[in-house]
Amino acid sequence: MPKLVIDGEEIEVPAGYTVFQACELAGKEIPHFCYHPRLNIAGNCRMCLVEIEKSPKPVASCAMPAADGMVVHTDSPLVHKARKGVLEFLLVNHPLDCPICDQGGECDLQDLTLFYGPDHSRFRENKRAVTDKYLGPLLATHMTRCIHCTRCIRFLTEIAGVPELGGCWRGEHMEITNYIEQALHSELQGNIIDLCPVGALNSKPYQYRARTWELRKTESVDVMDAVGSNIRVDARGNEVMRILPRLHEDVNEEWISDKSRFAYDGLKYRRLDVPMVRRDGRLVEASWREAFRSLADRMAALPGERMAFVVGDLVDAESMVLVRELAERLGCPHLDCRQDGARIEGRVRAEYLFNTTIAGIERADFCLLVGTNPRWEAPLVNARLRKRWRMGGFRVARVGALFDLTYPVEDIGEGPETLRAVAEGKHEICEALERAERPMLVLGAGAVAREDGAAVLALAHRIAERFGLVQEDWNGYNLLHTAAGRVAGLDLGLLPGEGGRDLAGILEGVEAGEIELVWLLGADEIDVSRLTNAFVVYQGHHGDRAAPIADLILPGAAYTEKNATWVNLEGRPQHGRLAVFPPGEAREDWKILRAASEAIGRTVPLDTIFAVRARMAELAPHLARIDTVTPAEWGKFGKRGRLAKAPFASPVEDFYLTNPIARASEVMRQCSREILRPLTEKATGTHG
Amino acid sequence: MSDSVGEGMAPDVETFAFSEENRARIRDILARYPEDRRASAVLPLLHLAQEQHGGWLPRAALDHVAELLGMPRINVYEVATFYDMFNTEPVGRVQVRVCTTTPCWLCGSDEVVRACKEVLGVEIGETTPDGRFYLREFECLGACANAPVLWVDEDYYEDLDYERTRAVLEALQRGERPKPGPQSGRKGSMPAGGKTTLLFEEK
Repeated sequence: MPKLVIDGEEIEVPAGYTVFQACELAGKEIPHFCYHPRLNIAGNCRMCLVEIEKSPKPVASCAMPAADGMVVHTDSPLVHKARKGVLEFLLVNHPLDCPICDQGGECDLQDLTLFYGPDHSRFRENKRAVTDKYLGPLLATHMTRCIHCTRCIRFLTEIAGVPELGGCWRGEHMEITNYIEQALHSELQGNIIDLCPVGALNSKPYQYRARTWELRKTESVDVMDAVGSNIRVDARGNEVMRILPRLHEDVNEEWISDKSRFAYDGLKYRRLDVPMVRRDGRLVEASWREAFRSLADRMAALPGERMAFVVGDLVDAESMVLVRELAERLGCPHLDCRQDGARIEGRVRAEYLFNTTIAGIERADFCLLVGTNPRWEAPLVNARLRKRWRMGGFRVARVGALFDLTYPVEDIGEGPETLRAVAEGKHEICEALERAERPMLVLGAGAVAREDGAAVLALAHRIAERFGLVQEDWNGYNLLHTAAGRVAGLDLGLLPGEGGRDLAGILEGVEAGEIELVWLLGADEIDVSRLTNAFVVYQGHHGDRAAPIADLILPGAAYTEKNATWVNLEGRPQHGRLAVFPPGEAREDWKILRAASEAIGRTVPLDTIFAVRARMAELAPHLARIDTVTPAEWGKFGKRGRLAKAPFASPVEDFYLTNPIARASEVMRQCSREILRPLTEKATGTHG
Repeated sequence: MSDSVGEGMAPDVETFAFSEENRARIRDILARYPEDRRASAVLPLLHLAQEQHGGWLPRAALDHVAELLGMPRINVYEVATFYDMFNTEPVGRVQVRVCTTTPCWLCGSDEVVRACKEVLGVEIGETTPDGRFYLREFECLGACANAPVLWVDEDYYEDLDYERTRAVLEALQRGERPKPGPQSGRKGSMPAGGKTTLLFEEK
């Protein structure tokens, strides 16, 4: 471990550290543009110059390995002079348009100019001007502002695994471009907006909408997939203006997917903002009082076994506690949170968790993907798998449909047959599984949401047992959920009770006239056309697929509009916070359920969110341990049975349009049109 | 990309494939590099593609090279735009490149440029309307001993002045291939005024 003297203080740093990292460790701030701790070192901005004794010139600290006996000065006159010089040159070609620049107020160049910049320009010549590039519906470019740090290129190449940006031409004429004037094809591209130290890459939907200092910042949790990415919701007045990632090393590091970042405009469109009741075949606006009266008329006298609850993908844990309590009081056993029809039984918690944990992926040495496309189902899990692959010594095999995951994958088969061969030890990949010290298996949500889902789960269980996926400090069995609310639903037992029907049973029951009332809590991804026989209560925030067929609409709050608990695929409970208020008459969902229970005459006595959370802690104690993954006990799950011939398919057909918020988002629809469609079909003249 | 492709210029194309003959040459080129370093062959392949496609590289050709070498397309775009010898926009088939760097300029490259403009009737960076000639300035061509220099396709024409440049270009226009090398009559880079050393044998 090298020992250095930094500004007179001796410090010992881990081997392999750079001078830059050593300085940071010593608490010295080194100005920089191109350096980023998660990206390869480029060393091209020259802003991080420091003075090292016995070195004839200032040294770029980000690219200089720390060595024993170095004497470093970070605050000497030479360093200041050098940095001033570098900054003056950077400003030579940088426009002075800060007042209209979206980066203004959160710009590295602006901040550093304050400290190292000249007070006037000595440059009398013409500045260089660069044509803006078209990079798709998400990224706005102002390439004249670019200082060629190449962070965007490195991010896309290294972390996103979609090398589409590059530096073309050279010297004075160098430009950052994808050369082809088409949208980038990464689902993580929004992160280069955050990485850009100047205003060259901006968010297109947010462009010229707000200044950073006007925004109210709320720390929250994302619900677009089951990863539970940590986000910051920036709002002005009662409008969400943008969404940014927050650092959480164990979940999303400092990235979020484009859906998490850009789907927020969907919060403004197609909202259910007033209760509605169906009169003479038409949905008409009503007051909450009228809505509850209509509900009480239908429910008060109805026996519990003639009604059913279906809970959707974007439902928070608090609301699910209320659903559970309400169903119990109504004597209703027909309850299901698996709106995709997954054959998860939910008795053993390890069955439905991502047990390895997202950060744990970095410790694995072999991964078998089964019926999943993590790149679309959970982009940040995929980014973590790619990160692991880049570290070396990681093999990935796949049973399921082909898709470019940005790292090499060995395709060993498409359907359950191959999985059985692996479970029986008859497949050649078994050798690798056996040799691996910490093998992991990722079972896609799509692989268990089929007729033979239970048998697939049983096979996965057999593989886990046979190949030592579950060890003392290692659990390599994982289920990859796609819905933000699913794990909480399973934890809270929102599953058919004694004699209860699952979703398929509920739909059959409706058609047979045995179930007269169905309460859909944000459940849109089901075959709503089969519900016509029943009285449908739709509680949710968007007029998506289910609302048009509903007989009663109770307008709820979207994830940015409530204080709620979300449990991610690892089983990590996190708190989302209210950033803006729900529109119009819409209310937080647990409160709606609480009020409804009283109207029906089956009051659930949980009056505050604290009471709800206390009840939640009784039902599932681990949900009270915020931001902690409570390891699940291993046990037996799945049911041996007939396997279907059909190959596995991912439940996500269109990454950008997976939930009601995203489907309401104009930006997401544009992404789907421009980024995905050209991949799946040859665009014709009629496509925009 | 400019829409004004002259008559004689190689057109932009949707698809590109190497000719049979070039495919054989590519096999030889690829054999020079280890299997996992195929990307090293990008320069020779781009030269081949440009030669085959009449002096410039349409995007289809860049994409084809990327696919052949298993490298990201953007990296091929970067290489093709970085080097001045590659043209990424349509240009005339005969490329006339005048060196205007200091030694050539001192020896009268301004006159060479004037001759080029007059004979070809175009400015620097332009292609003649018939699409035959593309005139451009170039940085040092490394033949300073024979300055000023004109580089036409594969050939260097050296020791030029206004008249000699006209003669060379007019010959090219007639479809001839003037003798490359010094146009002043001297041999190679021998002293311009004749021998000055080793004039007599040692006694």
